[in-house]
Amino acid sequence: MNNAANARKTGSLAPPPCNIVVAGLGGQGVLTATDIIADVALRAGYDVKKSAIKGMSQRGGSVACDVRFGAEILSPMVPAGEADFLLALEPTQLEPNRHLLRPGGVTIEPSAVDTARLPQKKMLNVALLGALSARLPMAEAAWLESVRSAFDPKYFDANRQAFLLGRAGRNHQPHETNAAA
Amino acid sequence: MDDRNKLLLSGDEAIALAAWHAGVALGTGYPGTPSTEILESFSALGGRAQWSPNEKVALEVAIGAAFGGARAMATMKHVGLNVASDPLFTAAYTGVAGALVIVSADDPGMHSSQNEQDNRRYAVAAGVPMLEPSDSQEAYDFMLAAIEISERWKIPVLLRATTRVCHSYTVVWPRSGRDIPPAANFVRDVKGRVMVPGYARAAHRRLRQKLSEISAWNEDCALNRIVPGGKSLGIITSGISFMHAREAVPEAGVLKLGFTHPLPLRKIAAFAQSVERCVVIEEGDPYLAEAIRAAGIPVDAKPEMYRFGELDVARVRRILAGETSPETAPPPGKPPQLCEGCSYRVVFDSLRRLKCIVAGDIGCYTLGALQPFEAMDSCVCMGASLGVGLGLRHVLPAEQARRVVSVIGDSTFVHSGISGLVEMAYNPPPTGHVVIILDNGTTAMTGHQEHPGTGRNLNHEPTGKVVLEDMARSCGIRRVQVIEPRAGSDAFEHALVEALKSGELAVLIARRPCILIAKELKEYEQREQRCQCQENGEPCAATV
Repeated sequence: MNNAANARKTGSLAPPPCNIVVAGLGGQGVLTATDIIADVALRAGYDVKKSAIKGMSQRGGSVACDVRFGAEILSPMVPAGEADFLLALEPTQLEPNRHLLRPGGVTIEPSAVDTARLPQKKMLNVALLGALSARLPMAEAAWLESVRSAFDPKYFDANRQAFLLGRAGRNHQPHETNAAA
Repeated sequence: MDDRNKLLLSGDEAIALAAWHAGVALGTGYPGTPSTEILESFSALGGRAQWSPNEKVALEVAIGAAFGGARAMATMKHVGLNVASDPLFTAAYTGVAGALVIVSADDPGMHSSQNEQDNRRYAVAAGVPMLEPSDSQEAYDFMLAAIEISERWKIPVLLRATTRVCHSYTVVWPRSGRDIPPAANFVRDVKGRVMVPGYARAAHRRLRQKLSEISAWNEDCALNRIVPGGKSLGIITSGISFMHAREAVPEAGVLKLGFTHPLPLRKIAAFAQSVERCVVIEEGDPYLAEAIRAAGIPVDAKPEMYRFGELDVARVRRILAGETSPETAPPPGKPPQLCEGCSYRVVFDSLRRLKCIVAGDIGCYTLGALQPFEAMDSCVCMGASLGVGLGLRHVLPAEQARRVVSVIGDSTFVHSGISGLVEMAYNPPPTGHVVIILDNGTTAMTGHQEHPGTGRNLNHEPTGKVVLEDMARSCGIRRVQVIEPRAGSDAFEHALVEALKSGELAVLIARRPCILIAKELKEYEQREQRCQCQENGEPCAATV
């Protein structure tokens, strides 16, 4: 059994160094999601690097952004086949990025969240961060602090709700799959 | 180190912070990915930052500031330095009284550029010192060092970054506090600043003398450092490639070059000799490998296939293994397209329907070349649509020539389309010509920066405005029309058909604000009204 499956089974958390790829389409909040991951990791005392490609992606095209944290991070880009997590804000963005996952890496996609219960549809990125957060060592309060500072404070209650919805996970449906069985 | 001072900054933000801490008096530039955020961040910190109409003007303004004894920087993307290369080469001769740093943000892999030229070549060609940071901490430190070097040797310095340095966020510990730089003050130096042949000959010799001193100094410069490792493999590298190489082979010794022109060749030779196999790992052109080999130092270099695109950890591993088998292309993502509701869609629909031969230009509207429009036939560089369109009109048979149209955006037109318009008035093709200026009131593709045609400065405050239609008329173009392209209306297409039929010189301005900044535009306009009220001493119209 691979590490990720082990981790899930025993309920333990993924240890750093940690490679995360967030993928979606322009305008979905990919960059904000990675800002929040980077911020919470930085506050937890890790070395952090984040790499995004802007430019053409602003016109509704594919956007993928890498975040890495650990004791010392060198390349800002997650090497192919070494991502621990792939967050896809849009199901179509899963396949183009799947090659980045390591064997046993975890995908987190919109089906991980009961989207009907989202306070606002555009808060899917925050909800998926909630789902990711359950697998990372940083505390819930630390995540919420980073979520708070990433948006206009008036949306915090709704964002908190979205985050916790994702963090709780779906009960009756498997919401993560292994890249390699 | 105090953890509380730790910041997570992009390379662009780090350069801006260093400029702020160094007391840079003026930052100039033209927006271009991945350089744009430098001036925006510098301005947000409180620095004086300005968008110029193009990079040439930006560099000239910065040169003037540095002639006046101030610390100045000019920022641009790699292709911007082509535009600014004319002042660059001669500013190397004149030198400066204060400090001048030119930031070139290169785009290996062409994430949002028309080519992947390697601007390290410019440092050699112009004869200016060059620093290459590998992450945001170095972007910060090297910007400070660049200012010091520029001031010490009175020479412009090129700070060359790449997309993954500019747009990656890494940890920065900034130093505390700001410098109080020397006050600007004009000191006359006719022989040093007036580059007529008699003075320029001496200036060229002075430049080469400076470079030879800098070269000797660089041998012991801390910007180049050795990461100790095993003796079997040594890597010479610079920029972002350093990070990939360290990750790919943590056990190798590394000579990490930060100051890459003029090169510390004695240090390089000693390092190469100290290891059994020495490999140069660099992105883009084999700049380091060629220079090192030319100095008679035997090193391995990457196979030609790695000249193309960015490097990453996997590609560095392949280079070290001498692997030249074809690489698997990553699966394609969804390509960008013109926004739904973008008024440019109306224009490209017409161009396609009328089977126009379209000389295109650089901006969002370059997406008109892709599906569903496929209504663009060339895109070369900023402003080229006018010249290329005119050239086609001059030589094509009349039946084809009459269908040629130049399409250019508002910011691009101000950047370098104006001289093309003058060319059109001066050398009109026999069939006339039609120029469409797509005016969405912003530099949209790079993230909605202002330009001289918007009448607002970098901080979105009111300033002088270049009125495009007035400019066209002042060049002697009689057929100038402003049209609002709207879905469901044939007004634009009608005007285009008439212009094409007329055989005259025509400028059609398709004007409608970019839908992505509708809210911001309203805010700016309200602010402008407020300012106007204050000037008139009236109660504020925006608040009553």
